[in-house]
Amino acid sequence: MEALAALTLAVLVTCGVYLVLRARTFPVVLGLSLLSYAVNLFLFFTGRLVTGAPPLAGGALPTADPLPQALVLTAIVIGFGMTAFVVILALRARGELGNDHVDGKGDGQ
Amino acid sequence: MNLLFIVLLPLLGALLPPLAIRFGRSASAWTATAITAAALLLAVEPMAAVFAGTPAEAHWPWLPQAGLDIHLRMDGLAALFVLLILGIGLLVILYARYYLSERDPMGRFYGMLLLFMGAMLGIALSDHLLQLLVFWELTSLSSFLLISYWHHRSDARRGARMALAITGAGGLAMLAGFLLLGHIVGSYQISVILDSGDLIRAHPLYAPMLLLVLMGAFTKSAQFPFHFWLPHAMAAPTPVSAYLHSATMVKAGVFLLARLYPALSGTELWFFVVGGVGLATLLVAAYTALFKHDLKGLLAYSTISHLGLITLLFGIGTPLAAVAGVFHIINHAIFKASLFMAAGIIDHETGTRDMRLINGMWKYMPHTATLAMVAAASMAGVPLLNGFLSKEMFFAETLHLAPLGSFNWALPAAATLAGIFAVAYSARFIHDVFFNGEPIDLPKYPPHEPPRYMKVPVEILVALCLLVGILPALTVAPLLAVAAGAVLNGPLPEYSLAIWHGFNTPFVMSLIALAGGIALYTQRQKLFDFHDHVFPFPDARAMFWVAIERLMDAAQAATRALENGSLQRYAALLLLAAVAAVAWPFLDSAAPLAGPVPAAPIDALTLLGALVMMAAAVVTTVWQRQRLTAVIALSVVGLVVSLAFVRWSAPDLALTQLSVEVVTIVLLLLALYFLPQRAAADSSNLRRGRDLLLALGVGGGVGLITWAMLTRPYTTIANYFVENSLPGGGGANVVNVILVDFRGFDTMGEITVLAIAAIGIFALLDNLRLDMPATDGGGRPWSSERHPVVLSQLTRFLLPLALLVSVYLFLRGHNAPGGGFIAGLVTAVALILQYMASGIEWTRQRWQVQYHPMLAAGVLIAAATGLGSWLFDRPFLTSAFGHFHLPLAGEFELATAMLFDLGVYLTVVGVVMLILANLGKLTQRSAGEGGA
Repeated sequence: MEALAALTLAVLVTCGVYLVLRARTFPVVLGLSLLSYAVNLFLFFTGRLVTGAPPLAGGALPTADPLPQALVLTAIVIGFGMTAFVVILALRARGELGNDHVDGKGDGQ
Repeated sequence: MNLLFIVLLPLLGALLPPLAIRFGRSASAWTATAITAAALLLAVEPMAAVFAGTPAEAHWPWLPQAGLDIHLRMDGLAALFVLLILGIGLLVILYARYYLSERDPMGRFYGMLLLFMGAMLGIALSDHLLQLLVFWELTSLSSFLLISYWHHRSDARRGARMALAITGAGGLAMLAGFLLLGHIVGSYQISVILDSGDLIRAHPLYAPMLLLVLMGAFTKSAQFPFHFWLPHAMAAPTPVSAYLHSATMVKAGVFLLARLYPALSGTELWFFVVGGVGLATLLVAAYTALFKHDLKGLLAYSTISHLGLITLLFGIGTPLAAVAGVFHIINHAIFKASLFMAAGIIDHETGTRDMRLINGMWKYMPHTATLAMVAAASMAGVPLLNGFLSKEMFFAETLHLAPLGSFNWALPAAATLAGIFAVAYSARFIHDVFFNGEPIDLPKYPPHEPPRYMKVPVEILVALCLLVGILPALTVAPLLAVAAGAVLNGPLPEYSLAIWHGFNTPFVMSLIALAGGIALYTQRQKLFDFHDHVFPFPDARAMFWVAIERLMDAAQAATRALENGSLQRYAALLLLAAVAAVAWPFLDSAAPLAGPVPAAPIDALTLLGALVMMAAAVVTTVWQRQRLTAVIALSVVGLVVSLAFVRWSAPDLALTQLSVEVVTIVLLLLALYFLPQRAAADSSNLRRGRDLLLALGVGGGVGLITWAMLTRPYTTIANYFVENSLPGGGGANVVNVILVDFRGFDTMGEITVLAIAAIGIFALLDNLRLDMPATDGGGRPWSSERHPVVLSQLTRFLLPLALLVSVYLFLRGHNAPGGGFIAGLVTAVALILQYMASGIEWTRQRWQVQYHPMLAAGVLIAAATGLGSWLFDRPFLTSAFGHFHLPLAGEFELATAMLFDLGVYLTVVGVVMLILANLGKLTQRSAGEGGA
């Protein structure tokens, strides 16, 4: 199971990094989203893979680690804020510069 | 307490003279005088204690865990410097009042002078190495400002830059040396370091530490070969030179030598480096001074030479030599400050500083001439003046040096030679300026005596020269005794401050110096010719500028090579660096990658989920140019991520991820409307291959690290949270209690960041003009049915249900999966559905809510909840909760954390809606325009 989790993360990160390195804004946004998924999952996995024990206090049994979960919860929401910011930045760049190249260079240049 | 105010008074008072200048130049000068005088008054009490034998100390804890506290201490040496800084400071303030012209901004001058004064006092009084360094750098900065005071002059700007570059570089070296020293001793407190001399000298790091610290001291005190900045700093107004370049700033270097003398001296290395550099400086500068035609240039090199003398005295390392060093610090400050002031008067009255032009001033300003001649005689070491006393002590100390062996004649010979040159340049100063015929082509003619009060500071200093020179035992003796005692950190050697010690070797050396110097001066013309033609001395200034230019060129070349404006390239370099930095320690380590924890079995469902996720990620990447397809594939990845959260016991995360996924996809679809929906391939195969390799490197690295982490044993720091969640936070959902209670402050920061991002997005959307495509990527026109009836009817029906669910999620959040974040997202999704299904106008008519105030209210409610706990004398964001019983409703719980969560809820709704509704408005405008 651990190897599978690691492999999944590796694929997500590889795809994310490859997209981040593209020359157009939209794939960069997609890549950043993939990277945030991967990072959130990685943080979540630091609490290890616990089945069927949500972190609710009061029970007798040990539960999953609540700390990474709390970190990841805010990270997801902040990640949305970041994605939104980058998307709007890309739109603004297109509006100002007339193209969607990450360096703002027109297609002819 | 007084000690702190001595330092703070000038530092804070620096703001006042620039304000007081509105009431006239005198008001500004009086303000500066009053501040300095007040600091001097404050210094009286601790000084009295120092003279009584007990150093004054003060200590304020700041970060005691890191050994960073404010330590101030006034011992004899510090008292001497405080006296010099404040005393000469007062005289300089008076002098500058008449020196600066109407055009010069006087308030700024006094402000910077006070800033410098405070920094200098900080150096003198610091009992902590790092604190001393802060003040040290502050003197470099404020002296930069003072040297470039006439910033319209390019020589002033260049001189200031050079001084800052040299002393700043020295300061950096000194920081490294201080860190080593602190590491050796285990404390940065100077009084502790002074008692650890043996430990320091025996330490293997002694040599590098000493050299680094000395770099700082030598650059500051303009020691050879770093001396060349000082003559160029003469572009400063003369009061600055009189203050910084005679009595204070350049003395900071020798002050440091004296301060750390008990800890660092007493080794061969110290003797040869400090003594050698001091001797070289003494000779080179004394020789050079003779050939300077610029009045202040001569004084600058003479200052360098005298600083070399003081350094040499500390380098010699005998207790008597240290006493002589301290004594010469005092004497040099007194006579050199007065000489600079006299030079300033001459410059002021004649309009030039060129000694080939200024001749015969005796006729025009006899009073000033007398004062300057006495001070210059003191510089030359003429008997009955203070300079003579310390120079005699210096000559005496050069005579008995064991470490030089059979070369022990060399040092007295060199000292006498330097003495000859000192007499010669002093003679030149006197003869060239005040006699030697008539002045030639003076810019201001005829010169006359300066204003009365401009001479007062010179008179006071010259009177001191005479008093100390004639009655040393009655005047300077107690001060010298406490200061030298502090330098030696032990008993004082036997010495006598008498004028006449009999006809002994030092006296003979003095006589040789006097006679030789005058003889040399009479033969100066031959010497000048020799100097001009035979002796092409390497010009350190030119070398410095060449070095600076090369450095700038190299920096620009490096910048151009790295920074070509391509984001792709930056990202690639950054990622490459990250891979290298992470891989490096793994390559070195022998530990196996996999840990000892046995692998858990894989079940079919999880395997399926993982395969779907990987496939969707690959599809997103491969079909990234079919952008709609890519977005759909991306949403699949997001959905599987939320399933993964369900699979591994994180219901809160699953709910959050699910709702964020919805708003993200809506956002991306909206954005896609304005962006090309298909893109042509515009990367070369080479670039794609390179990027793929890099991506595989990063991805593989993350995978390996994840695997290494998951197969290692697991310890948690979360037990505290689990155990205290119910009793301490009143909630069973530990994740939520962490967010709103234990780590509420973090959450508070996070919602603030969210709010800032939303406002930034709002600003970016403001006035944004975008081309609206009339058709989709395939050339098909958009559907004419903008708001499908089924969708709009269904969403209207769904809205109250969705809101109900979000209220439910919010209320139960403290004890079961849910909470402000999730409830806020669900609410936002429900609202967005209305916008999408029924149109913005329709929704706005029925739902008149502004999202900015909602956002602000959210952050403010959260902050107010936190502040509320102050009313009950609890720390920020302490939560309280209680169980209440209501008839019919039964037992229920209320916690202040829920109020905080309400703030989170409002912020999240506000952020999401502000972003999406405003982005949506853009499409509406285009639709309106396009449809019309």
